[in-house]
Amino acid sequence: MIRKHILVALVEDRPGVLNRIASTLRRRNFNIESIAVGHIEIPNLSRMTIVVEADDNKVEQVRKQLDRLIEVIRISDITNDNPVAREMAMIKVKATPSTRGEIIQVVDIFRANIVDVSADSLIIVVTGDEEKVDTLIELLRGFGIREMSRTGTIALPRGGAGPLTIEENKPLRHVVEHVAPEEENLPNW
Amino acid sequence: MIKTGAEILCECLVKEGVEVIFGFPGGVLLPLYDTLPKYPQLRHILVRHEQGAAHAADGYARVTGKVGVCLATSGPGATNLVTGIATAHLDSVPMLAITGQVPTFFIGKDAFQEVDITGITVPITKYNHLVLDTAELATAVREALYIAQAGRPGPVLLDIPRDILQGRTEFIFPDKVDLPGYKPRLYGHPAQIKKAAELINSAERPVIIAGRGVNISKAFSELKELAEKSQIPVVTTFLGIGCFPESHVLSYGWLGMHGMGYANKAVYNSDLVIAIGMRFDDRATGVVSSFAPNARIIHIDIDPAEIGKNLTVDVPIVGDIKNILQVMNKQIVKRDHIAWLTQLDELRSIHPALEVRDHEGLLPQYVIKQIHEVTGGDAIIVTDVGQHQMWAGQYFFYDKPNSLVSSGGLGTMGFGLPASMGAKVGAPDETVWCICGDGGFQMTVQELATMAQEDLDINIAIFNNGWLGMVRQWQELIYEKRYFGTKLYNPDFVKIAEAYGIKGRRVTRKIDVRPAIEESMAHRGPFVIEFLVEPEENVYPFVPPGKTLVEFLEMPRPTVNLKK
Repeated sequence: MIRKHILVALVEDRPGVLNRIASTLRRRNFNIESIAVGHIEIPNLSRMTIVVEADDNKVEQVRKQLDRLIEVIRISDITNDNPVAREMAMIKVKATPSTRGEIIQVVDIFRANIVDVSADSLIIVVTGDEEKVDTLIELLRGFGIREMSRTGTIALPRGGAGPLTIEENKPLRHVVEHVAPEEENLPNW
Repeated sequence: MIKTGAEILCECLVKEGVEVIFGFPGGVLLPLYDTLPKYPQLRHILVRHEQGAAHAADGYARVTGKVGVCLATSGPGATNLVTGIATAHLDSVPMLAITGQVPTFFIGKDAFQEVDITGITVPITKYNHLVLDTAELATAVREALYIAQAGRPGPVLLDIPRDILQGRTEFIFPDKVDLPGYKPRLYGHPAQIKKAAELINSAERPVIIAGRGVNISKAFSELKELAEKSQIPVVTTFLGIGCFPESHVLSYGWLGMHGMGYANKAVYNSDLVIAIGMRFDDRATGVVSSFAPNARIIHIDIDPAEIGKNLTVDVPIVGDIKNILQVMNKQIVKRDHIAWLTQLDELRSIHPALEVRDHEGLLPQYVIKQIHEVTGGDAIIVTDVGQHQMWAGQYFFYDKPNSLVSSGGLGTMGFGLPASMGAKVGAPDETVWCICGDGGFQMTVQELATMAQEDLDINIAIFNNGWLGMVRQWQELIYEKRYFGTKLYNPDFVKIAEAYGIKGRRVTRKIDVRPAIEESMAHRGPFVIEFLVEPEENVYPFVPPGKTLVEFLEMPRPTVNLKK
């Protein structure tokens, strides 16, 4: 079944990680709908939220390939975990004295904010799920959108521990000890 | 102790048991080449082209199971490694490629001989890393060598700028490194193993398909125990050749496009496929939708990303093969499968794929058989890519693990000659035969100079048919003999060898084959034999593209069975 998937990943905060992830998705011919990256509560780690639209099996396959990357510590498809997914958009709309009032009404209905006002335009900031943001943009289109920018989706699964939760008493480590090289003999049938 | 980056690199390599580096110097590597003489434990072999270094490291790694190390300078040196790295990546070969890089203050400025090699090699390495601080070099080398050989092995590239090699820092060998993002699963899930054992115990027509993973995991005796205990026929993949002795009564050859007809039929007619350390490559499965149509499939692999990639499996088990089979074998009951094995033996007699037909001229299959007879099968066969590669797989019998070295996944022409150097360096006491076609041989012919300089005792057989044979075969069988771009104008290969100071022989008649092989074996140092073989010989069986495993073409001529 082809549908939207939300993949969340804990990755090491190092140069080149985004490139590796994008490269793996590109190789499997995925079109990335959105990707959002930011630091988390643990130093040197980032959390990525990747939205792709594709077949379930194909997404699971690429998830495993992404998990194989050394810098990817954990990756999970949380689509089925009923996640809280939000994005933010900033929209600069044309506003004349005659339309300003109407725009403010729309903004209020959507519980969005006006963060900048100038003589002929407003900057509106809206947070919500993708559908809400899309609807607001559609409504504002009539007034004339000058510029806009969207963050892409970020998401957390509801309830207690999620698939990426790191328990405090279990630090993320995989210690590899040095083993002195030794000779090995192959069997002689 | 304060050491330079170059010294730290060498110290770490020595501590990790690296014995040999196949390399080619260049501007940014000079600090390292100034340091290498202080570490005589690290044998440096100067190749003639960096591609040769990568393939040689690959051949070394396949024969020894250890990480092969190659070294190249920045820019063109690094890009010349790319084909060799990709070859190792597709065949899961542990390799460390070290490239020099322009000094950190030049990076990104299109400096002389600068190339973004970590960017270029992202899709063809297991991991790569640009070292930006001398203090992290030791950790980087340890991590690289660990990642290269752990879990599913693969090539790792370390890109080291010149100023990092020259920088000085306190050297502490990091006994422990922390890789939170890489924990290969080594033990199979007990419930999955139990399910698999139950399927095996109740199967009537089971077949094992063993791949290169068995070689990597060194699970030879475990595989043998499984097969013998439950009397399961063993078919290997092309790269799995040697992981199960081919002289064993349960060995049914290898499957695939040019695999034995009975191996393909065994898989097709089975009711249970036990796929061990193989990845259902398209050359092995034929049309994947009708691969083993009536069989349940157990897939054992250390890489979870291989499970379900090419086909849906019934029981996946992720982990190290050796560990999994050790647990699983305890749950396997004794079976005899007499009816099934009898059926397969009949198939084997109807499809005698390993015969050499009676022919006046010099057949390549005949030459391989003669090499097998003279060596008694006790040799490492390194092949290039093409028709001769398939014949080498078919007509030589492999009873020892890792005794066939060949580029399976990427199919890299030019692999054979340099890989045979690596094989010989890795196994100096073994007889090494390099089997090449006239096309592939010329792709890396310059490495004859390396062999001569290092006096490597390698027997090189060039199968000269004057064509790019495999492509010609496809043009003949699929493109109605419209030959184009496949006829070769060749040099005098014996003279080429002589020009490098290597002894050579040309063989045109059957009766001269054996003496030439014997002469080559008796000779110390490299020896080239050019066999002028039948020009339009085809490889059979042949599963045409888009066909199932059992729709293979067989040799359309009367045959005489020399095998029996």
